Amino acid sequence: MPETAIAAPEALLRVEDLKIHFPIYDGLFRRKVGDVKAVDGVSFEIKRGETLGLVGESGCGKSTTGRAVLRLYDPTAGAVNFEDRDIASLPANEMRAMRPRMQMIFQDPQASLNPRMTVGAIIAEPLMEHTKMSAGERKDKVAELLDQVGLSRDFINRFPHEFSGGQRQRIGIARALALDPDLIVCDEPIAALDVSIQAQVVNLLEDLQHRLGLTYLFISHDLSMVRHIADRVAVMYLGKIMELAPMGKLFASPRHPYTQALLSAVPVADPKIEANRKRVILTGDVPSPANPPEGCVFCTRCPLAKKTNDKRCFTIPPEWREIEQDQFVACHLAE
Amino acid sequence: MTEMTDDTLKIIDRPAKSQLRDVWEQFSAHKGALIGAAFFLFVVLFVLIGPFLWLYDPTFIDIRSRNQGMSFAHPFGTDQLGRDIFARVMKGGQVSLAVGITAMLLSLVVGTGIGVLAGYFKRLDGPLMRFTDLFLALPLLPLLLVIIMLFREKLNGTFGPEGGIFILMVSAIGITSWMQTARIVRGDVLALKEREFVLAAKSIGTPSQRMISRHILPNVLSPILVSATLGIANAIITESALSFLGLGFPPDFPTWGRLLFDATDYMQQYPERVLWPGLAISFTVLAVNYIGDGLRDALDPRIRGR
Repeated sequence: MPETAIAAPEALLRVEDLKIHFPIYDGLFRRKVGDVKAVDGVSFEIKRGETLGLVGESGCGKSTTGRAVLRLYDPTAGAVNFEDRDIASLPANEMRAMRPRMQMIFQDPQASLNPRMTVGAIIAEPLMEHTKMSAGERKDKVAELLDQVGLSRDFINRFPHEFSGGQRQRIGIARALALDPDLIVCDEPIAALDVSIQAQVVNLLEDLQHRLGLTYLFISHDLSMVRHIADRVAVMYLGKIMELAPMGKLFASPRHPYTQALLSAVPVADPKIEANRKRVILTGDVPSPANPPEGCVFCTRCPLAKKTNDKRCFTIPPEWREIEQDQFVACHLAE
Repeated sequence: MTEMTDDTLKIIDRPAKSQLRDVWEQFSAHKGALIGAAFFLFVVLFVLIGPFLWLYDPTFIDIRSRNQGMSFAHPFGTDQLGRDIFARVMKGGQVSLAVGITAMLLSLVVGTGIGVLAGYFKRLDGPLMRFTDLFLALPLLPLLLVIIMLFREKLNGTFGPEGGIFILMVSAIGITSWMQTARIVRGDVLALKEREFVLAAKSIGTPSQRMISRHILPNVLSPILVSATLGIANAIITESALSFLGLGFPPDFPTWGRLLFDATDYMQQYPERVLWPGLAISFTVLAVNYIGDGLRDALDPRIRGR
């Protein structure tokens, strides 16, 4: 733990105005007719040893952001600074040298493991690519990694299909840990698991963070899990961040109307409170990211914009402002 | 750490078996494959060792004993020139099998190579697939005729009449039969490329050539094996057709296809003469198909051990 405590103030990752647009081709000649603005101007930073939760509904661009951080997609614009080096513009060979420092845990543990490789080979792959270990050393390291994620060493020669979902996710975690990375992007690592297994995996992730001083970008749509693991939380909607705040503040006093609606959808365990509590229910659907609304992207569904009928909401994109210390919000009306 | 209830279920010790043994165990569990493999081995031994034990020369003409039925002296009978059909089936099998296997390997390598490149590298997809379409659109027989007309003499000069025609046949059949494989492989690679484990390997920084050899090729093995087994059959049959047209091996040089077509003239009088090479072709092709089936199952860890 001391490691994480000392290094805390330094920003490990700083994402600046990241944009990822996927072109749409249509018509007889496959001409470009527009862009899906999957991520449209996202900025945040993650301090060393911290966990940033990235939440939002399906299709809001959270996974795309996570993948762009590892440069699995080439950003259309913006910068991804990893320890002050912009990895969005690094040439391929330098990028390859940076890869061991950042790894990813995937959503579907079934799909993220090659069905034709043994567990040993899967976990050893990063070692083969980036280290000069001998076969024996590699085997020892793989066994050590299996211990770390709570799997038996006997599993080394088995194939992924022989495991349960939770075990497969542990294999994925072991692979991500193999090169001692600094940053791990967890792309909904628990969404495909049983509720009983979810807690185990999240606890394992927390445990590893304490022991190894890891930094997480934790992407999820499960607010209660994010509340459990994250230090700060960013709320995304239609390719933009709506609100970014420390976990306690965000859950205690959400400022953005979207965050308020999102939080009010989390059920409360006490039936008495649950029966009487007032929920913000959003109407309508998420607009298409190929054709986002003018002004604030949330204006088509925003209860506050509807009530006040403020012109700015529908014409001017809201500025990113610090509404309270450490609490940022993109909204004209929030106070 | 929390209790790992899901882990305790699976801790049944299994000795580290070698993967090759695993594959063999699964393969031998497939009865058809085992019988197919045994039969194929028998055919190979029959055509390779047989001629040393059966001392009739397949090209020896004994005009007095022509058109004989089955007997101890000539188990499969003799043809219209008195040549021993048993010896000819053995000798012809050598050529047919050699042509079939080599042409299949050639078309497999070309087809898989083009399919993987087209599927994996987006930029190559268009040109390579149009190239494949071009080959598919070519009328095969006229093309083969032209190839053979153009190159037969030159190759005969360099490699001798038999070696030359062998190379010519193999490459002609090979380069006109890779397109199906290429298309199937490309489709599979396109689907595989979007799978998360490929993305995971990318995030590790695995370069393209190892991405293909480690993650793509092992996962497209089943369609490749299926088209390989069908390819042998196809090659044997194409070789027969070419021999029939007089474009393959010289007329006195036996192959299974040649024997079959020679026999068709006498089908009314001596139907058994069509039967022997026909059965040899059909059973060999069937055996190879079963072997491919078994291999596909044995090489898939998800099916293995069930």
